[in-house]
Amino acid sequence: MSKIIEAKNINKHFYKPVDFHVLKDINFTIDQGEFVSIMGKSGCGKSTLLYILSTMDTDYEGELFLNDQLITGRSQNELAQIRNENIGFVFQFHYLLSEFSVLQNVMLPGLKRNIKSREEVEHDAYEKLRLLGIESEAKKRASRLSGGQKQRVAIARALINDPAIIMGDEPTGNLDSKNSENVYNIFNDLCQEKGLSLLIVTHDEEFAARTHRTIHMEDGRIIST
Amino acid sequence: MKYSIIFSIARTHLLTRKRQTIVAALGVTFGIASYVIMMGFMTGLNGLLDGMILNRTPHIHIYNELAPSKSQPIEKVSKYNEHKKIVRSVRPKRKQTRVRNANALMRELAALKEVKAVTPMVRAQGFYLAGSTQLSASLIGVDVLMESENYQLSDYIVGGKAENLATIDNGILLGIGAAKKMSVSSGDKIQVISPTGTIFQLKVVGFFQSGLADIDNIQSYVSLKTAQRIMGQSVNYITDINVKLKDMNLAPELSKDIEDNYEVNAVDIQTANAQFDTGSSIRTLISYAVSITLLIVAGFGIYNILNMLIYEKMNDIAILKATGFSGRDVERIFLSQAMIIGLLGGILGVIVGYFISLLISRTPFETEALPTIKTYPVNFEPMYYVIAIIFALVSTFFAGYLPSRRAKRIDPVDIIRGQ
Ligand SMILES: Nc1ncnc2c1ncn2[C@@H]1O[C@H](COP(=O)(O)OP(=O)(O)OP(=O)(O)O)[C@@H](O)[C@H]1O
Ligand SMILES: [Mg+2]
Repeated sequence: MSKIIEAKNINKHFYKPVDFHVLKDINFTIDQGEFVSIMGKSGCGKSTLLYILSTMDTDYEGELFLNDQLITGRSQNELAQIRNENIGFVFQFHYLLSEFSVLQNVMLPGLKRNIKSREEVEHDAYEKLRLLGIESEAKKRASRLSGGQKQRVAIARALINDPAIIMGDEPTGNLDSKNSENVYNIFNDLCQEKGLSLLIVTHDEEFAARTHRTIHMEDGRIIST
Repeated sequence: MKYSIIFSIARTHLLTRKRQTIVAALGVTFGIASYVIMMGFMTGLNGLLDGMILNRTPHIHIYNELAPSKSQPIEKVSKYNEHKKIVRSVRPKRKQTRVRNANALMRELAALKEVKAVTPMVRAQGFYLAGSTQLSASLIGVDVLMESENYQLSDYIVGGKAENLATIDNGILLGIGAAKKMSVSSGDKIQVISPTGTIFQLKVVGFFQSGLADIDNIQSYVSLKTAQRIMGQSVNYITDINVKLKDMNLAPELSKDIEDNYEVNAVDIQTANAQFDTGSSIRTLISYAVSITLLIVAGFGIYNILNMLIYEKMNDIAILKATGFSGRDVERIFLSQAMIIGLLGGILGVIVGYFISLLISRTPFETEALPTIKTYPVNFEPMYYVIAIIFALVSTFFAGYLPSRRAKRIDPVDIIRGQ
């Protein structure tokens, strides 16, 4: 199996207000097609780790590989492109551009990638929305949707460029159990049918139990993978 | 393709905040419109005033000034060379005010390739006889056809026709002030008494109005011959020669040449009217100062609105960056919003400015000084409209630059964590 993500000796400090060693010697890999969850107490550094893995945070020591390529040390512009092409991110809060339509929200990363025509991107966006069962909402303004619908739009957006991996920071944290179940099923299907890799931070034991593997963290360390 | 998404995001941001967008654009409109109006009006006025001066004033004025001789007889005595000489009560040399050998000089000047026209003038003093009172008169003898052609004399004629002076013997174009005092109308006869006491009868062929009461009360135009006759002189008697050049910038140099080579005084237009140049440049300076001030105010408006927008749009910026838009893309999104505001505001400003200028140019404007001008002068030079648009773009670029750079540098992690 090929490695999608590999973290080697990742350490991170916050220097303000006092020196705080938030991530300590993080080493792990995620293979192609794996569905991995991360669990740990609040404040143990899960989100911090995810921001580093998603290339948004570059202020760390150690090395990060994506598809066996070294990511650490690349320029901001390169990283933006890497994120655009390879990483789909789903947040706990439904991060959508509220003034844009659902369809536009899903299309934007595809248009930014600029390898397909607008028509093709729009076609893909409809396909992703259909996959998530919300194509009927495509023309609505993003701000008009319910929480569960927004989260599905965010997942559709994460999928638009057929990324290598989807990362989620408590994507079900704000949803009721029915919607959480729904999101789990979507992730599971994507993993089974499309061979997508997933790395999801969660506090939900049940959710974690149904993933292939759970990484446990405590005080900035990985205690089991 | 990539620019088209940046543009469409910018457009959506602007359209969902229509009121702010319109307020920001109207700020630019205001600045640009006032620039266009002020420049059009000020330069129109400058053109009119300059034209007035240029039209009326010869490029080189040649005359003979009564002045004390520069060298006194004692200078010629060599044995006093070593001494300091003091001569008191120096009087002007008795010298005629006529230009010596004027006809020959005029022929020589006319032959120069820089010269467009050479016109002679005879100044004559006297008095108008109005019943028992005498009004002082300054009669100027001119070749009226040349004067009309080169110095727009006909622009200042308010009754009758300037050309009549050429055809009617003993005609006079009477200053409007003197005409009013003597209650004469076209075709009437008036009497003028010369310095030597001879009375001449002249026929009023028209009136002229310079706008300066002092001149209009005293000055009148007659033909060269009439003026010479009043002065009791022959046809060689010329008191002034006016030279019009093809390029007025050559005037200072040429007037110096003339003074050096002939025994005359020659004054160029630049020296004679130095104050007018200053006036025009100060008016232009004021126009620029006011417009730039207005644009700076508009610029601050845009700066504020963009700063506010970026503050509101923190989440959007974080999402865009998280989904792969680079800092530069985000910067361009906000900068293009500033530029769209600048372009729309600028175009509207130019249009509004044009129509207000048009309105001004149709507003009645009557002035004694310019009897033939009926409305305000406005300059519709297209260059000012082009400069205005460039102004609008440049000022909004600067107003948008700092906020956009701030957006470029926003760290998405900070925003996402902040939720
Ligand atoms: N910008 C920062 N400066 C200083 N300390 C920070 C900063 N951001 C986070 N921390 C600290 O780092 C630690 C890890 O934070 P992180 O958000 O990664 O926790 P988490 O595991 O995601 O917690 P939760 O489950 O509550 O989301 C926390 O103790 C937090 O207070
Ligand atoms: Mg967290």
